[in-house]
Formats: sequence, C-alpha cells, structure tokens
Amino acid sequence: MAFHSKELAKAYWRENVKLLLSLLFIWALVSFGFGIILVDVLNQIQFFGFKLGFWFAQQGSIYTFVVLIFVYVYKMNRLDEKYDVQED
Amino acid sequence: MDIRIWTFLIVGLSFVLYIGIAIYCRAGSTKEFYVAGGGVHPVVNGMATAADWMSAASFISMAGLISFMGYDGAVYLMGWTGGYVLLALCLAPYLRKFGKFTVPDFIGDRYYSQTARTVAVICAIFVSFTYVAGQMRGVGVVFSRFLEVDITTGVFLGMAIVFFYAVLGGMKGITYTQVAQYCVLMMAYLVPAIFISIMITGHVIPQFGFGATLADGSGVHLLDKLDGLSAELGFAAYTSGTKSTIDVLFITAALMVGTAGLPHVIVRFFTVPKVKDARKSAGWALIFIAVLYTTAPAVAGFARLNMINTINGADSQGTEYSEAPTWVTNWEKTGLIGWEDKNEDGRMFYSGDERNEMHIDRDIMVLANPEIADLPAWVIALVAAGGVAAALSTSAGLLLVISTSISHDLLKRNLMPNISDKMELRYARSAAAVAVCIAGYLGINPPGFVAQVVAFAFGLAASSFFPAIILGIFYKRMNKYGAITGMVSGLLFTATYIVYFKFINPAASVPENWWFGVSPEGIGTLGMIVNFAVAAVVCHLTPPPPQDVQDMVESIRYPQGAGEAQVH
Repeated sequence: MAFHSKELAKAYWRENVKLLLSLLFIWALVSFGFGIILVDVLNQIQFFGFKLGFWFAQQGSIYTFVVLIFVYVYKMNRLDEKYDVQED
Repeated sequence: MDIRIWTFLIVGLSFVLYIGIAIYCRAGSTKEFYVAGGGVHPVVNGMATAADWMSAASFISMAGLISFMGYDGAVYLMGWTGGYVLLALCLAPYLRKFGKFTVPDFIGDRYYSQTARTVAVICAIFVSFTYVAGQMRGVGVVFSRFLEVDITTGVFLGMAIVFFYAVLGGMKGITYTQVAQYCVLMMAYLVPAIFISIMITGHVIPQFGFGATLADGSGVHLLDKLDGLSAELGFAAYTSGTKSTIDVLFITAALMVGTAGLPHVIVRFFTVPKVKDARKSAGWALIFIAVLYTTAPAVAGFARLNMINTINGADSQGTEYSEAPTWVTNWEKTGLIGWEDKNEDGRMFYSGDERNEMHIDRDIMVLANPEIADLPAWVIALVAAGGVAAALSTSAGLLLVISTSISHDLLKRNLMPNISDKMELRYARSAAAVAVCIAGYLGINPPGFVAQVVAFAFGLAASSFFPAIILGIFYKRMNKYGAITGMVSGLLFTATYIVYFKFINPAASVPENWWFGVSPEGIGTLGMIVNFAVAAVVCHLTPPPPQDVQDMVESIRYPQGAGEAQVH
C-alpha cells in the first residue's frame, strides 16, 4: 500500500469523490440546468446579442466543460501531493 | 487555377504528408501497435484524440444538422463535448492506472470473467463497425463531389490510404498522422467560417459574430433575423426548436454517456505515460474539440441566412432559377439539392410550409458553404481535404479498436494465450487489413440504415460499457454477476427499443408512442439506468468479488506506481 495508513487512503478517496461530485454538479447545472430545463427562463435575458439560455446550450456549456477539466487536473495534482501518492 | 486542380493539389499533398508520417512511425511491437508505446505527450495525445473523435459526421453533417434544427442542435453540441468531462473525471485516470490495452481487458480483469470479456469484445466490435461504415461513406461523398470520380473509386482510394498507415503504423502511426489531420481539418473548418463571419457580421471570430448584428447596416442581430425569417417562412423559431424538453434532456445525456463509453475514445488514455497525463490529455482533447464545436453553431447560423437569402432572394420573392448561382447547379448533380417548380413561376422558393419548392440535404451546408459565400477556389479545395482528413482519422482509430479486439482480446486473452508478441502483432495487422476491407465494402454498399445505427452505437455504449466501468471503479463490492446481468439487461432494453422503433415499426415512432416521451436517440440514458439498477440488485444477492480484485480496485484509485502500460 502506497498510503502511509488505511485511514489516509480512505480520506484521499473521500476528498477525491467530493471534488468529483462538486465538479459534476456544475457540469449538470450548465448543460442540463441552464441549457435545457431553464432555457426558457434564461432566454428572457439578453447576453451579448444572444438569448442567455440559447447561449448556454450552444456555447457556454462547452466553455464551462473545458474549465471544469482543468480545475480538476489542478486540484487532483494538489491532492496527490498532499497524500504523497503522486507519480515519480 | 480551377477548383479541381486546387483540390487534387491540396488533397494530394495531405496524403503525401500522412504516408510520410506513417513510414516514419511504424510500429515494431504490440505495445507500439496498441498504445503507441505508451509514451505520447498529453497535448499531442489530446490533439490526436480530437481528430479521432471528430468524424465525417462532425465535420460535414453537424453544422448542417444544427442549421436545420436551430436550438435543438444543442443536443449534439453538449452531448458530444460533455462526455469528455465524464471521461476526464470518472474514467481516464483510473483506466490509465489499471494499465492494460483495451476496454474488454478492464471488464474481463475487473469482473474476473471470460464471459464479461466476451460481451465487451462483441460490443466493442459492433459499435466500431457501425461507426466506420459511415466514415467510409463520408470519404466517398467528398471524393465524388470534389474530384469528380465516382463514389466507389473514392472509397477505394480512402481504403488504400487508411490500410497503409493503420496496418503499418498501428496506434503509433495513427496518433502522429492524426495530429497532421487535426491541423488540416481545423484549418478547413475555420478558414471559411472566419471569411463568412466577416462577410455577414464584420467579426473575425465566428463565436462573436454569431451573436452580433448584421453588417448590412440594418442593426438587426443575426439570431433575431433568423427567428424572424423562420416565422415568416413557417419554420419553428431558430432559437427555440421543436423537441420536447424531456427528449432533449435524454438525448443529450445519452450522447454524453455514450461518448464516455466509446472504446475508441477510452483507449486513447492508455497511450500517455502517466495518470497525471491522462487527466490533462482529456482536457486538451476537449479544447481542440471545442474549437470546432463552438464554431459549428455559428457556421450553422451564417449558412442558414446565406442559403435563405440566395434562394428566396433579398426581397423574399424567390430567385429566378435561370439566374441561380453555380453552386445550386453543381450540387444538383449530386442529388443533394433539388428544385421542383410547383407554382411554375420559374423561381426557387424555400420554406417550411406548402410554398416550399426545394429539397436541400443538410450535408451540403458545410461542403457548399464556401461556394454559397463565393469564397476563392483554394478554400473550397481545403474543405475537401478537411472532410477527407476527418473521415480518415476517425476510421483509422476505429479500425485499430477492431483489430485490437480481435488479436488481443479474442485471440491472445481468450483463444490462444500462448502466442508470441511477434505472432500477435502479425494477427493484429491481418485483422486490421480484413477490417479495412469490410469497412470499404460497407462504404460502397451502405446498408440503408447507416444513419439510424449511429443512435444504436451511442445507446449501446451508454447502456453497456459506461455503467460497468463506473461501477468497477467506484463500487468495490460490485461483482461479476451484477456487472454481466447489468450489461446484458441494459443492452437488451436499449436494443429492443431502438430496433422496434427504427426497424420493425418506424411508423409508430412518434412522441405519443415513446416511453415517457423519450425518442430512440435518447433511450440509451434509460438503458443506462436499467443497467445500474439491475447490477445493484443482483450484486447484493450474490457473493462479493475475491480479495485480489478488491485490492486491484484499491490500487487504481491513486496514481502512484502507474509506470508504463503493462504487457501481460
């Protein structure tokens, strides 16, 4: 076992899952939430010439996805170092 | 120089480039053949993944589809990009740490079962063949229009090129060729998009032009203009679409989850050196994909406005057929556009109601776009090269999955475990060669259902692979009984629904008959839920997995000690 103790392994996994869930929440919010379910409400708002809901569905959600992955990469690298399980 | 010479020149040069790379990067071992030696830089891998992912359908058809669907086109935009978030966060790093070559490898080892492995192999082969048939067709269409050879010759030419670099180079050859193909296809997509954006809105960046006001001095926003035209011509408003909310939701989810479950995408993350790189690589892949996917809806909007204005004329009275621009007559020859003078006034008219006299295939929106906008000949030739690059890069990736499934999963791991690395490599090459021939045959004689089976491929991947892999990583208690019954029931459920509505009784495929209003395109989401539910129930009624499997699950959950992809 690469972790120093079983408790550390558990704690690492818990933090990992928590990070995953919070990022996936944003993922679902911008696509399923803003882009689909709330689209008619957000379409009342004008955003640089777009209706906001339409913009999220065809542009904004994609930009958010990219940002989410890089936030994940950054946070996971930090987490690996914190628990000393990064690659050599 | 005319368009034809330009096309021969640019497409020819791109072929020379691909073949050159293939010769330089031939594979010497199974490891190089399957995962490019496992040493690909994450940015390079991201670019190759993007080229692999963006098929003839993304390049040729997607903007056209959106152009006709308006808001509803978002299902493809979000569906085919959102899956990468799932991949990066839930699959790629763990599968990389697991460190074998293929998806069936993971399923077979994690569920300690040859049955599970075999189910996975069959799904992988079926999904990949479904896909590849469409790609070869795409090559044929591009060749037949731009080089004016018939479709069969076009497909043969495409087969020969793919054969050469996939069989010779394996994953290593494919990866570096795909980098070149990405550059070609991106240029081919962006150059006309930028030209048209400047012409219509005065903005250099299409993503901004999409929301901007028109450059004709009217001060009207592009999207408002499209909504207005749609209302006038009897279409649904461009920014609102016609599908029900629940259907849009399910289709988007099915495409996202399906993307994350497609074997030719997943295998990409076995080729990078570290777990860290697998995470990063998914991010880079999505950036490279997002460039095209955020441009596509802009192109769709521009193209629609351009097309309506050209056909109906600026005064919306219809354009005289005798004065039709050359692209109309050019594309009429391919059967992708048609005009029937119903009211016999000699004018063309396009609308969503009984006044309509035009038949317009969605595929020409991208291919004819530069001609509609009157761009120089070399841009049109570039689009041809881009279409071919998109189709070739995706087919090569798929062919590799098929050949790996046969030589590695079926032969080495199942039927003849004692063959040497050299023999396995030979089998892999032969399998790739056979797969190219079958794909070519399907491209020349396309089964009528190619378009329909794409829904199948995604539904299948969503309802079989994705839950099995997710549970395998995140739920240690999951055992082989749960996984196998889950995969089989998800698969059967999805397949039955699609086969019934698409093949047995297509007439019944209307929202009133769909379960919960979910169309066959979106049913994979429900199939996935069925899979998860069945797996959870069965697994609690059967014994837990053996200790060594549980230890393996523990060990793939953190990056340390990943090393290189393991040869068994």
